[in-house]
Amino acid sequence: MTRSDPVPEPNPEITDALVAEHGLNAQEYARVKEILGRAPNLVELGIFSVMWSEHCSYKSSKKWLKTLPTTGPQVIQGPGENAGVVDIGDGQAAVFKMESHNHPSFIEPYQGAATGVGGILRDVFTMGARPVANLNALRFGSPEHPKTRHLVSGVVAGIGGYGNCVGVPTVAGEVNFHPAYNGNILVNAMTVGLAEADKIFYARASGAGNPVIYVGSKTGRDGIHGATMASASFGDDSEEKRPTVQVGDPFTEKLLIEACLELMATDAIVGIQDMGAAGLTSSSFEMASKGGAGVELDLDEVPVREAGMTAYEIMLSESQERMLMVLKPGREDEARAIFEKWDLDFAVVGHLTDSGRMAIQKNGQQVADLPIDPLAEAAPEYDRPWEPTPAQPEIAPDDVPAEDPCDALARLMGSADLCSRRWIWEQYDHMVMADTVQRPGGDAAVVRVHGTDKGLAVTVDCTPRYVLADPVQGGRQAVAESWRNLTAVGAMPLAVTDNMNFGNPEKPRVMGQFVGACQGMGEACTALDYPVVSGNVSLYNETGETAILPTPAIGGLGLLPDIARMATIAFKAGDEALVLIGETRGHLGQSLYLREIAGREDGAPPPVDLAAERRNGDLVRKLIRDGTVSACHDLSDGGLFVALAEMALAGDLGCEFAAPDDTPLHAWLFGEDQARYLVAAPQAAPILEASAAAGVPAAAIGRTGGDSLKLSDGRAISLADLRAVHEQWLPAYMQAEG
Amino acid sequence: MKSAVIVFPGSNRERDVADAIERTTGTRPHMVWHKESDLPKVDLIVLPGGFAYGDYLRCGAIAAHSNVIREVKRRAEQGTAVLGICNGFQVLIEAGLLPGALLRNRSLRFVCKEVGLEVDNADSAFTHRYQRGQRVVFLAAHGDGNYFVDDDGRRELEDQERIVFRYCDAKGQVTPEANPNGSVANIAGITNRAGNVLGLMPHPENLVEPALGGTDGRAMFEGLAEALS
Repeated sequence: MTRSDPVPEPNPEITDALVAEHGLNAQEYARVKEILGRAPNLVELGIFSVMWSEHCSYKSSKKWLKTLPTTGPQVIQGPGENAGVVDIGDGQAAVFKMESHNHPSFIEPYQGAATGVGGILRDVFTMGARPVANLNALRFGSPEHPKTRHLVSGVVAGIGGYGNCVGVPTVAGEVNFHPAYNGNILVNAMTVGLAEADKIFYARASGAGNPVIYVGSKTGRDGIHGATMASASFGDDSEEKRPTVQVGDPFTEKLLIEACLELMATDAIVGIQDMGAAGLTSSSFEMASKGGAGVELDLDEVPVREAGMTAYEIMLSESQERMLMVLKPGREDEARAIFEKWDLDFAVVGHLTDSGRMAIQKNGQQVADLPIDPLAEAAPEYDRPWEPTPAQPEIAPDDVPAEDPCDALARLMGSADLCSRRWIWEQYDHMVMADTVQRPGGDAAVVRVHGTDKGLAVTVDCTPRYVLADPVQGGRQAVAESWRNLTAVGAMPLAVTDNMNFGNPEKPRVMGQFVGACQGMGEACTALDYPVVSGNVSLYNETGETAILPTPAIGGLGLLPDIARMATIAFKAGDEALVLIGETRGHLGQSLYLREIAGREDGAPPPVDLAAERRNGDLVRKLIRDGTVSACHDLSDGGLFVALAEMALAGDLGCEFAAPDDTPLHAWLFGEDQARYLVAAPQAAPILEASAAAGVPAAAIGRTGGDSLKLSDGRAISLADLRAVHEQWLPAYMQAEG
Repeated sequence: MKSAVIVFPGSNRERDVADAIERTTGTRPHMVWHKESDLPKVDLIVLPGGFAYGDYLRCGAIAAHSNVIREVKRRAEQGTAVLGICNGFQVLIEAGLLPGALLRNRSLRFVCKEVGLEVDNADSAFTHRYQRGQRVVFLAAHGDGNYFVDDDGRRELEDQERIVFRYCDAKGQVTPEANPNGSVANIAGITNRAGNVLGLMPHPENLVEPALGGTDGRAMFEGLAEALS
């Protein structure tokens, strides 16, 4: 272990400028002085700064997050811990969460994305779960923007570089391109883990005298004030912030997973927490606060990477692959032996007290003395002014030009937002652990629960253009689409994790988007019995005056009791019936057809009827589970014709179908009405009967067969042509000169 | 068949291959930690996929100098069957048990996808359940699988029929387009001169059951059990 040489702790005068540099406003600083009864020193100011940053304190968002439903019989642990936990039967639990790493990934895409994966993995194995699947939701700027190619390349390589090495399959994700992300990309990473339901570990420190243990990598100067950076908008100097991006070491993470799980198999641990944003500060304060304990820390015992680090730097470092835990007394040697076997640092850095205070020592001197609860719990909470988003006009199909449907389909399938993501997912090891029973490219990925016939279905979804046009409907839609995607593979949706990516909350218009999205999400989660069990908020996603599209990414998790009864999107056999389930009105407002073919981004998004979602989805799940349907696909971006094309390409089998007379053809083919599924089955009749009985609109529209998509009027497009445009866009784009 | 799977810090397909062996042969392998200098008496030693020691030096370079590898080399010289998959293949090369080198993929990107393989040698303990010329599908999942050997080395491998698998297309043709990583002569797997050590990049262990999308890997483990029991 490297000991830092005694260096005097800097002790500058705490000026207004220094306070402002730490992201605290005048009222917040007055509160600091009130809590302490004096002015803080620099170490203490740094600690307040990160603990009260938007990233750690949720001060702008808390009021609205509290309105989301978070309970249900399946919920073992809701928001407030490192990750959410749901019951999956047989004494097993799924542990999952999604988290953003937006700002670092824009500045340094490979390391930013890689450490995003590392951080979310730690949130999950901290709770005693073995990570079994990774997902990601990515938003990049316009393909024409000079930085986009470099960012795509770096982010994808970083996600793969980390996940592939730790040996957790990356099984699903979503990618959008839009100019609103030109200066502020989004990288949201989600991890799902498996644990025994009665062996969940929590971030609670209790028991005066119990040792506080530091394990994992050494602490360096990387990432200092990362949480503060994540709580401010970007200016022109954003790339100068590169030194605040951490560097990931997936090999150490892999060792840390194995060592922690090995120790967790004993009963030596009282509480455990990873050191994520705000590092040692946030982990120690959160654990102590939740457990009602006080802490004495001796920073001379912290393993450091370089000599001469100050208390300020050690407390605020965001070096990766580190954990803090509290052990039962006398169990140190047993724990140390496990970490030494895995060649990881292990250090007793302090002990718990009953003082309710955090007392931090360095070089034998006390460098900070802070009350724990006021810092961790009494963080500021704001009710920021907000404005609702004005309603957008409905767009009638007749106001949108009807292009040749096959030409339009080819253009959509070869567009940036709808083309094949193969170039991306082939860089992710999606098969390691030998349980990926449904691979990327379908509605949801399915990972078998190891050693059983159960499966976990997982998906990430959001349609930011809908949220921009109508935050309430957009919030509903993000949840509903995630629920549909799980349903479409035959799973029962259990719960969600949300990653709320928005602009500057101090702007009432942006705050209104956040408020509206929370309202819509809450309504959908309630109606669908699909509670929020974990999440993350990323605000200030702006560069200059440009805010991103409001992007509440939803990570959904569902359970399949038997993976033999799982649906995929691929057509399985010729001469099967195609049945469209749900009501088709031909809603073209905010559709991809409108944007890609008519060149317009306007109108109201499709409304979400939550009762219809529930009714239609419950029917589809039943049809899958009783073996009535052979293939199923949720209808979303691009509407019916895109869904047909995706099913045909996946099965390498065409189809022939007829449109009804009562809806304009382009609106029927490309409208993005919600609560719809397309299924294939040997017979249409049983599906139509079951639909009628359930009060669900359903129509037989055609049959599988041939090697093209063929309308009844004779117009057709071959699968070979479609596959070429669909597969070509991303590789061609990434190969082109930037 | 008694078998052992060597576990390095950073191995990540040790469970996959142990499960595949158990699923296909009925017997679970011993898991042997890299710091051991002794190996149980076994018929087959497996070096699994992963990123031993993080692969921060050349892939497999540090693992090749671990305690247990000295014993693996001794057993290999005595004729024990040794199977190195992916990172295990890289370790076998670094340990000098197989010739050549594994370089970064030609694309410079990690690649995870099913690959077609032509079985060029169906006489080994590893491949006798396959037919010569048969096309099988295994799973590639690697960033450094670009096999290199110089012209003399390649001729030697060919003359001694030590090239066991080559990447091929859906029709079984060994073409440049079917080569996922730039390997010389589409080489995916080779044996040592004695034929008891096989290294290959693609993973047979990930396609041994219909639920995972394929079963072509089964015959390798079933064949080993038959040949070695």
